[in-house]
Amino acid sequence: MLVNRKLILAHFWLAFAVFGIALTLGAWQMFIRSPIGTWLSNPELYYRSLTAHGTVMGYVFPTLVAMGFGYAISESALEQRLVGVRWAWAGFWLIVVGAIMAMVPVGLGRASVLYTFYPPLIGNVFYYLGVVLVVVGSWIWVALMSVNLRVWRKAHPGAPVPLAMFANVAGSYLWAWTAVGAALELLLQIIPVAAGLKATIDAGLARVFFSWTLHAIVYFWLMPTYIAYYTIVPRAIGGRIYSDSMARISFILFLVVAMPIGMHHTFADPQVGAGFKFIHSAFTALVALPTLLTVFTICASVEIAARLRGGRGMFGWIRALPWDNPMMLALAFSFVMLGFGGAGGLINMSYQLDASIHNTQWITGHFHLIFGGAIVIMYFAIAYDLWPHLTGRELIDLRLIRTQLWLWFIGMIVTTFPWHWVGILGMPRRMAYFDFGDPAIAPQALSVTLSAIGGFILLASGIMFIVILARGMRAPLVDAGPYRFALAVHQPTMVPVALNTHALWVALMIALTLTNYGYPILNLALSEGTSVPAVYVGAQ
Amino acid sequence: MSARELFTLTNRHFKTSVGITAAFFFVTAIAGFIVLPFAQPWVQFADVWDAICSAAGVPQRAASVTAPEQTKRLSGVVLTSNTLSRPSQEAIGRGATLAQRCAICHGPTGVSRADSPNLAGQYAAVIYKELHDFRTGARTNAVMSPFAVNLTDQEIADLSNYYAYLPRLPAYHPSPQLPKPNIVIFGAPMRGIAPCGACHGSLDNKTGSPWLEGQSEAYMKAQLQAFASGERRNDISQQMRNIARAMTPKETEQAAAYYASQPPDVVKAVD
Repeated sequence: MLVNRKLILAHFWLAFAVFGIALTLGAWQMFIRSPIGTWLSNPELYYRSLTAHGTVMGYVFPTLVAMGFGYAISESALEQRLVGVRWAWAGFWLIVVGAIMAMVPVGLGRASVLYTFYPPLIGNVFYYLGVVLVVVGSWIWVALMSVNLRVWRKAHPGAPVPLAMFANVAGSYLWAWTAVGAALELLLQIIPVAAGLKATIDAGLARVFFSWTLHAIVYFWLMPTYIAYYTIVPRAIGGRIYSDSMARISFILFLVVAMPIGMHHTFADPQVGAGFKFIHSAFTALVALPTLLTVFTICASVEIAARLRGGRGMFGWIRALPWDNPMMLALAFSFVMLGFGGAGGLINMSYQLDASIHNTQWITGHFHLIFGGAIVIMYFAIAYDLWPHLTGRELIDLRLIRTQLWLWFIGMIVTTFPWHWVGILGMPRRMAYFDFGDPAIAPQALSVTLSAIGGFILLASGIMFIVILARGMRAPLVDAGPYRFALAVHQPTMVPVALNTHALWVALMIALTLTNYGYPILNLALSEGTSVPAVYVGAQ
Repeated sequence: MSARELFTLTNRHFKTSVGITAAFFFVTAIAGFIVLPFAQPWVQFADVWDAICSAAGVPQRAASVTAPEQTKRLSGVVLTSNTLSRPSQEAIGRGATLAQRCAICHGPTGVSRADSPNLAGQYAAVIYKELHDFRTGARTNAVMSPFAVNLTDQEIADLSNYYAYLPRLPAYHPSPQLPKPNIVIFGAPMRGIAPCGACHGSLDNKTGSPWLEGQSEAYMKAQLQAFASGERRNDISQQMRNIARAMTPKETEQAAAYYASQPPDVVKAVD
């Protein structure tokens, strides 16, 4: 029952429009610092572009997808009209205003601080205020998801919450809490300096606050993808969810352990104690668990579909899968990229192994493979799946959709594999220029060139994606029927309270944040002499 | 309905999940705060509490390690981008009177004929820092140090404001403009040298770094050599010493010749 289609379409279109712009910037960045581009004599332009690319891809694009998808889930899974539509539009416009407010100073070169802020580097105050508005807009969505679930519960006392909505609300709570770290950093530390009220900043404390956000944000990006794995893919390929409880446990685990692990981003930071780094490292290992559970459950669900289609034998069923179905293709690509990216992630989270790749191009390769690859390809799949229900028009050209998905997969592999490789060779990240004429790094020129070519393949795929959706707005009208989610093999009739509510898991998430972040933050906040003079972008 | 049923020890989901989470936390905490610190034979702890504090990151200085004694003075000047911003006309006037005594080397219009730095239009923060460093002895020069040693804070600020106020004039004997050498525009990434132009003009200017366009070639070369030999050491965290040490003699010459040949009025006017 999708009633507020315009609201959902507005979120998706804005998301994909800004995605298109940021993708173009990304391809240009790959090109300009590769040996095939002529060296840009002003590195500031590179960092300006990098800031815009990161801010859009990190904050604006996935947030809008999660919000639009969240509203769609709320209406179709709960089968009730969205409560608080005006608030939802207010949240949307806050994001529009925030994104413009942030991008103007970036475009003018007054906020080339990268999306991770990098204090003591300080940019124009409107950049940070814009980011705050985007986050505030998304918090409206969090509140609405919670309210809508509550309204539904009142009408259906004791009934199991549909899996899609249960996961959607878990994702929104995760986002609400994880955004607090960056919000504290912005409001308590960066904005007072950017507004000229203070001239010094505790960069170490700011980095700890940011690590609070920086890792769990990845799981917020991941949530729509995992929801699609569990609740869209099995339906789209004619299968069933292998286990509804397993799915709930996976989302619960994400909620609890995605949050208190961010300090593995600060392994090289001297201001954080080694004991806390170890605890965070151990909890990061734990977060592999829900992903492994998911891979198992989804493979089993897919096998059910294959056997229903007549697949036989130990592995023979794989051939029986509907490989011409874009959803099947997207899932397979996503899993391959998740596998490689996840394996790389296990290296990043290990205190000792991280030392060899910390702050190298390996890291950028890693998060592009996971986010740009495994996650974003499922965003495409979600859009393709939802589009006919939102527009009332059919997406006809399946061949074009398959080509687009193939190109994205190939492009991402061609981009990120050499990217990892040069990282292992020691190439640092966040550099606007490399002198490939130097014999010491000349052998890396080929890998970097390959990466840049991969960037252009991705750009081509991104353009195709937008063209397909735009053409879908003008296709012949069709009745797509109600939007449905996958059913489980054993559809739950009774679910234990623990697996039907979020309170316990939110409480554990907050408790672990206190144990894992409380002391390091207090220690830094109360220590004297830890602030350094701010470095203003563009100042003398 | 749910909260009361769930948050009790009789609910096995509650008991199990809280129990597992707490157990995992305690096991990792014991490993991280006690077992692993003692597993490092090269670190000595007085007792368990000492090890826990160390792993928690409590700021402390190990008793066995004494801080290296500082024999030479370091620069103690703190600069922000607001240092000396918006000077008054009176301050500039006082600076002009004080500057009479500087004119013999730095020129009556702030442009030197004696291979001393041209000060006309130099950033106030730069002159402020150098005068402070000459006064404290963080930077020394047989001619300059005696002039600076008796200056008050007010006089230093006034002089800085005065020279920053003067218009940037061309040098007395401008040479034809040279093309940008690699060291200025690209640096030498493999030797950890950032481009000169990233701080000193041509690409960008950073707080505390002087613009160099039209300065004396002999002076700039001498300063780079002084940084490389460690004779000059008032740069923060050895920024310039590290760069100058890694530069080849040819690069030093190219950088000095390039900046000397540039007209100072091209300096980015953002202040």
